[in-house]
Amino acid sequence: MILTEAAAARGPAGAWTSSEPLVEVRALKTWFPVRSGVIGRTVAQVRAVDGVDLAIRQGETLGLVGESGCGKSTLGRSILRLVEPTSGEVFFKGRDLLRMGSGPIRRMRREMAMIFQDPFASLDPRQSIGGILGEALDIQRLSRTRRMREERIAELLDLVGLSPRFASRYPHEFSGGQRQRIGIARALAVDPSFIVCDEPVSALDVSIQAQIINLLQQLQERLHLTYLFIAHDLSVVKHISDRIAVMYVGKVIEISPARDLYARPRHPYTGSLLSAIPIPDPRIERGRERIILKGDVVSPVNPPSGCRFRTRCFKAQPRCAESEPALETVRDGEHLAACYFPL
Amino acid sequence: MSARLLELEDVHTQLTLREGVVRAVDGVSFHVDAGETLGIVGESGSGKSMTALSIMRLLPRSGRIIGGSIRFKGRELRDLAEAEMEALRGTDIAMIFQDPMTSLNPVYRTGWQVGEPLRIHRHVKTAASVAAAVGLFKKVGIPEPEKRAMQYPHMFSGGMRQRAMIAMGLSTGPSLLIADEPTTALDVTIQAQILDLLRHLNREFGTATILITHNLGVVAGMCDRVIVMYAGRIVEEGRTEDVFANPEHPYTWSLLRSIPRLDAEVRGRLQPIEGSPPDMARLPEGCKFRSRCSFAIDRCATEEPELRQVRSQLTRCWVTQGGVSLESQSDLD
Repeated sequence: MILTEAAAARGPAGAWTSSEPLVEVRALKTWFPVRSGVIGRTVAQVRAVDGVDLAIRQGETLGLVGESGCGKSTLGRSILRLVEPTSGEVFFKGRDLLRMGSGPIRRMRREMAMIFQDPFASLDPRQSIGGILGEALDIQRLSRTRRMREERIAELLDLVGLSPRFASRYPHEFSGGQRQRIGIARALAVDPSFIVCDEPVSALDVSIQAQIINLLQQLQERLHLTYLFIAHDLSVVKHISDRIAVMYVGKVIEISPARDLYARPRHPYTGSLLSAIPIPDPRIERGRERIILKGDVVSPVNPPSGCRFRTRCFKAQPRCAESEPALETVRDGEHLAACYFPL
Repeated sequence: MSARLLELEDVHTQLTLREGVVRAVDGVSFHVDAGETLGIVGESGSGKSMTALSIMRLLPRSGRIIGGSIRFKGRELRDLAEAEMEALRGTDIAMIFQDPMTSLNPVYRTGWQVGEPLRIHRHVKTAASVAAAVGLFKKVGIPEPEKRAMQYPHMFSGGMRQRAMIAMGLSTGPSLLIADEPTTALDVTIQAQILDLLRHLNREFGTATILITHNLGVVAGMCDRVIVMYAGRIVEEGRTEDVFANPEHPYTWSLLRSIPRLDAEVRGRLQPIEGSPPDMARLPEGCKFRSRCSFAIDRCATEEPELRQVRSQLTRCWVTQGGVSLESQSDLD
């Protein structure tokens, strides 16, 4: 990849400029051991993320889609080093996060944050909203005086469209949509430039989802944020993303500008994924050609040889079992797919 | 006697909770004809699942049907003894749920479980019931059915478990299948498989289906008619094409405009519905959607509208009942 070469040619840390990717992931692997027996011997490895290369540009939203167990959440957490990757590199503003000690990584975390799927599970029920937001400020020692702290909390609540009066209230007093706003305020507390949004609207009622999607878009413009937006709902991802990466069993199998991916998916998996999303219009929905896949998602413990999708693929040939196709340009430089027989 | 397969008339179901008494289903009337697929859409707390559980008489302990009539093939289900209801549930009405894992018993082999309704209600012998289960597994697209029937539920993926539940539901040839969010816990490619299976079974066996979902896309592809629920009531009912093309209730109208569509050309801002669904223990006067409605008029705050015919649909809205079209009204804004 061209981007990777640019990063390799770059000098030592600190030489990063905003024209380069904000986040760059190279050959990233995060494997989890499967232990068994009384002594907990490792009997297998779950290859949750199994060799991913990815670049996220400053100010963009990169959507990351795939089915449950494909490794998309683990990839998001690996980038923030909330889980420890097995191997590979993650550059943030040109500095390799995986080779950083705990002090420097904590300072780097001021620039990165995460928004979770279930705002209720991720908010401490015994803490007031002010306490929850204040804690995020305290960890990074961001408010020198109590006054500054309170002002910042009020400012954060205002940013996410909540009244500063809510600071003294507790999570259970809020609806799902409001709780997600609080989750977003907490992510913003450290004034990050990069946020991993992990299924931020999946747990919300349909009528609330649009509020949160719009809020995330407004905040992006106002605060110049860069998002990695992880979700299984391709309609939502297409709406919010500039580019979309599709994962299947630990690998990115296609990456492309959002419009292009929908207009012309190249990987058979992406094609079937798109055709499986119901469109809320009976006139269109009833006439659609669907690619119904056979079987279930394969296990990330023992992925098939060659292309991991070949066991469910309607275009698979003997070659697909022999070697794994690389993620390569299929049309122009922006649209890449890992398939020997693209659509 | 009614010719309808299922007919609900002014059904009221209450839940007695710590927060107070919740009227989870508040005056719901609708019917299902033989062979048709009816969709019920709504958000969490709208009463769609409680409506289904009222039909099945499977309400949680806090729940009670306090009024109305539920007739299935002309029989009043509320009057049936529990044993009669039990027999009906195992034979002529089947229900499948969102999470198939909690509906399957982890300690029994799947084939044995799927054959259970046949043993209990059709007095089929054990071996024959398991053999029938293998046949049903084949019908619902479970690969290697003989081997799978000998396995336990934990060895099945989510999609396979849902197929097994559908197989069990269909074993006695029911005339009505109630599917409560059957694909919500599944991945989209698996959802497509299950919906394809439901469509196929509906065509092949003529089983009428009530499909409960929050996903408007699923309704669009599956249902002949659709009911939209909000705060325990039906707010709109009509043929699926009509409701999607010309919604006559502001809730339906705004919901359709608030969801991102895969086939949308422009990437602008979504038009969200502001606010949240009301607290069911403290429902406001008048129309329950009023505080979130951009079409509301004074009357909506004090009087609750009835469900009335407006053009080709039924709708519970003063604005459209007063002759206003939501489409032209929104153009004025």
